[in-house]
Amino acid sequence: MPGLFIDVKVADAVAKDPELAKKLEEVCPVSIFRANDSGVEIVEENLDECVLCDLCIQAAPDGQVQVVKLYES
Amino acid sequence: MRFYEYESKALFARHRLPLGKGGVARSREEAASVAREIGGPVVLKSQVLSGGRMKAGAVKFADGPDECPALFDQILPIEVNGQKARSVLVEEKSPVAQEYFVSVTWDGRRKLPVLLFSDMGGIDIEEVAEKHPEHVSKTHFSSILPITPRIAKEAIAATGVSGGHLNKLTPIVFELMKIFLEYDLTLAEVNPLARLEDGRFIVLDGHVDMEAEARGRHKALLAELGVGEDETRQAREPTAFEIAGRKVNEVDHRGVAGNVVEFDGNLGLVIGAGGGSLTLFDAVRKHGGKPANYCEIGGNPSVTKACELTKLILSKPGVEKIAVMMNVVSNTRVDIVARGVVKGCLESGKDPKDVIAIFRIPGSWEDEGFKILEKYGVEYCDRSISMYEAAGKAVAKMGGATS
Repeated sequence: MPGLFIDVKVADAVAKDPELAKKLEEVCPVSIFRANDSGVEIVEENLDECVLCDLCIQAAPDGQVQVVKLYES
Repeated sequence: MRFYEYESKALFARHRLPLGKGGVARSREEAASVAREIGGPVVLKSQVLSGGRMKAGAVKFADGPDECPALFDQILPIEVNGQKARSVLVEEKSPVAQEYFVSVTWDGRRKLPVLLFSDMGGIDIEEVAEKHPEHVSKTHFSSILPITPRIAKEAIAATGVSGGHLNKLTPIVFELMKIFLEYDLTLAEVNPLARLEDGRFIVLDGHVDMEAEARGRHKALLAELGVGEDETRQAREPTAFEIAGRKVNEVDHRGVAGNVVEFDGNLGLVIGAGGGSLTLFDAVRKHGGKPANYCEIGGNPSVTKACELTKLILSKPGVEKIAVMMNVVSNTRVDIVARGVVKGCLESGKDPKDVIAIFRIPGSWEDEGFKILEKYGVEYCDRSISMYEAAGKAVAKMGGATS
């Protein structure tokens, strides 16, 4: 479920990659990503805290992580 | 953080300021006992964190120890400006020849300590300054560079005091300046400083206020004086609303959204940034608005924090709208605060466009913030609208001046 202002979409291939999951968890300053054995899960209650730093986008292969500003739609 | 008179005097005693004989009484028996030790006439003074004791009948005089228990019983239950007495200070009653006023405080405009001295003490200093300005001197001094007794001497001499009196007053006033600096005080005041008929100078009454943020630097002193770590020493106890505001700030380390003070108006305020809170609060009042609260936000609070603060303010009975206003922000992000307050409105079951009277936070990430406000139909303005004008818009939306 998206936040009120922000949604984060992770491509399946990335979502199931444990190594990348760890990286996403590490780079996000507001703990939107949580790594587990099967990949990454989105911490929904933190979505609206997203500071639009794009570190998650840079950590993943091109286009595999998207940050959506819901107030622009 | 205010000190009781007896604590102020204990601090003065550390620095050998001249004090009369006396002691603190916590029971009627102790009051008599202290008076017996003093011998002769005494004065009994309620120990409250407020002025106006004499007017409230919380200062009484006794000719000797026998009268003290009854006077103690009379004084202790008296509330002075809502403050209950902690104890009663029993001191020798001194025959006074002349009273002086000495105060060291902080001048926020000059950003320097300022020494105020008058040879007309014991009465309201504002009144003296108005009617007899030649009897009041005002001297700024550095809080960084070393200070010398000459500063005190010139301040005293400026009111016409000379000769032996000047020489005796100078070390007392200089010591008070040193106390002010050494203990991070916001006020060190002696009023009156008395010249007795026998020529001695003594502190008759004194008040000390310490910067609350400096408590950590003076743990030893506070322990010595018996000031508990949980004592807020504010003018009144915090309300449930204020305690809830403190919790909002404490549960999340990111930024500041707190220092909430409750008022009885209908316009909730989410305000802050670089002195913006005080400015905006005053601006709302200047326009005739009635603030429901004071608060401070800044340092880039999280969305959650701004949201919880908004919810708290909106939950206050009587609050019809909120005004979200800040000075120009740099490290605080406009979009993050916008998200927080909009979310707070929605989670309170209110439409942001109806309940936010005005959103005026210019600065960092403002374009992103304005997109959010546009989406929810909230009226906002940028830095081309001053804080004063923004406050006026908020008050106008409440139906104009209410007082």
